[in-house]
Amino acid sequence: MDHTALSLIELGAVFFGLGVLGRLAGKIGLSPIPLYLLGGLAFGQGGLIPLGDIGSFTHLASEIGVVLLLLLLGLEYSAAELFTGLKRSWSAGLLDIVLNAAPGVAVALLLGWGMIGAIVMGGVTYISSSGIIAKVLGDLGRLGNRETPVILSILVFEDLAMALYLPILTALLGGVSFLGGLEAVGISLLVITVVLVIALRYGRYVSAIVDSDDREVFLLKVLGAALLVAGLASAMQVSAAVGAFLLGIAISGSTAHNATRLLEPLRDLFAAVFFVVFGLNTNPAAIPPVLGWAVLLAVLTTLTKIATGWWAARRQSVGKLGRARAGAALVARGEFSIVIAGLAVSAGAVVDELAALATAYVLLMAILGPIAARVVEPLARGFQRRRGHGHEPATSSAG
Amino acid sequence: MNVEVTPLPGIGVRKDFATRNGRRIGVVTHRDGQIELIVSKSDDPDACLASLPLTADEAGALANLLGAPQLVAQLTEEHREVPGINTKQLPIKSNSPFDGRTLGDTAMRTRTGVSVVAVMRAGQVHPSPTPDFTFTAGDVLVAVGTSEGLEGALKILKNG
Repeated sequence: MDHTALSLIELGAVFFGLGVLGRLAGKIGLSPIPLYLLGGLAFGQGGLIPLGDIGSFTHLASEIGVVLLLLLLGLEYSAAELFTGLKRSWSAGLLDIVLNAAPGVAVALLLGWGMIGAIVMGGVTYISSSGIIAKVLGDLGRLGNRETPVILSILVFEDLAMALYLPILTALLGGVSFLGGLEAVGISLLVITVVLVIALRYGRYVSAIVDSDDREVFLLKVLGAALLVAGLASAMQVSAAVGAFLLGIAISGSTAHNATRLLEPLRDLFAAVFFVVFGLNTNPAAIPPVLGWAVLLAVLTTLTKIATGWWAARRQSVGKLGRARAGAALVARGEFSIVIAGLAVSAGAVVDELAALATAYVLLMAILGPIAARVVEPLARGFQRRRGHGHEPATSSAG
Repeated sequence: MNVEVTPLPGIGVRKDFATRNGRRIGVVTHRDGQIELIVSKSDDPDACLASLPLTADEAGALANLLGAPQLVAQLTEEHREVPGINTKQLPIKSNSPFDGRTLGDTAMRTRTGVSVVAVMRAGQVHPSPTPDFTFTAGDVLVAVGTSEGLEGALKILKNG
């Protein structure tokens, strides 16, 4: 068989396999991310079949996957929403960083992975999965709940924190000095500010540049612009992902909605490849030794996220049940934890165990998150009743 | 009525208000235009008992159900001093011969003396429709006239 034929067969098998996994995930009401990771783990290094012939394609495809993940994240928000989100949630956002990055940082230091390892693991345990959470909130019919804006504004804060964190991480991973790191922070702060101002004042011009009535032209322009900006940002050491995120924010209004609709299937495709490639590059044999740490981190960061949500919801005078729901909803980690770990691994600046720990951790949290969001209400009600609040009416049958 | 408008970043906007008995009622408008009706639970006012996705037609129909009686009640109140004058809602059903035709085609005023003062469509009130106003199924006409006239008008809309 010639090379092209083999590549097509392998690629077809991978996509088809992902499709089957995705359907399975949908059936059991889970996020497909853990299954994609498992799929990647099963093949690749130390797995069943090495996929040698499509390595170069999947590498590029997974890069595009990250760019699209962040671009669509940026398209989700308008600059005005970011500002109001920031104003509403900065204190909860800061608590979120401190509580949830700390366990990751501590474990990395305990394992002797150094400062860079600590910063990477802090990011991995900090960032909630806005994709999983938004979907779970919709599925459970909680969009009208009073705690939901609290959850969403914390997510907005996290996404903005990512825009700051990723360029710093890229600079650190590139092995630049402390001064160089400061410079990278300065540049990224400046770039983010400029982009937010442009997006607020002149967003319609950016939108006008990429907009088109013709679907084909529009798709090519949006995708082209995203890759161009991502590439340029990457060349400037500001991280391709952040470039794409900022472009997404600058595109606004109906152009953003159309772009989201058009790019969603593409993102799902390339992001799936990204998760698989991450799994492929992780040796499954490396997971059992770090599994204990992953479980410990999962337990700790579940509690810290619940505490964060509880505190944030209480500040908006939401009742106890609502506070518990807000906390549990934030538990899920997913795509962005893997993006962070992926950046670190591909830069080669961290030990291999980090990828294994991040994989195991995200596997646990992507499954645990939606479950936590579902069971929190019956659990909290049971707890309330046992604490002697028996006078409260029982769960209404229609609820 | 104090309608609270809460942005839901990345999703849309929630608009709701508290009813007299402490429940919250409102809608979540998604950014793609989808509408959800929300009703809060009685024992947990932060949570929602239901969040029902509605199509634009369904939302319009619901708004008509809620809005038309109120408009009619208001007009009835205004006409109470005038004996013999009534206000009534007249629906354009999907099998009505006037689905897709104009108010002028009904010759309502000439035949019954009834005035159509407003048309409710998709939650919107279109006041004082002109003779070239085109009806579609689901519209609710708010008509003023004598009892006999209104009876006649109802028959015209049903049978042509």
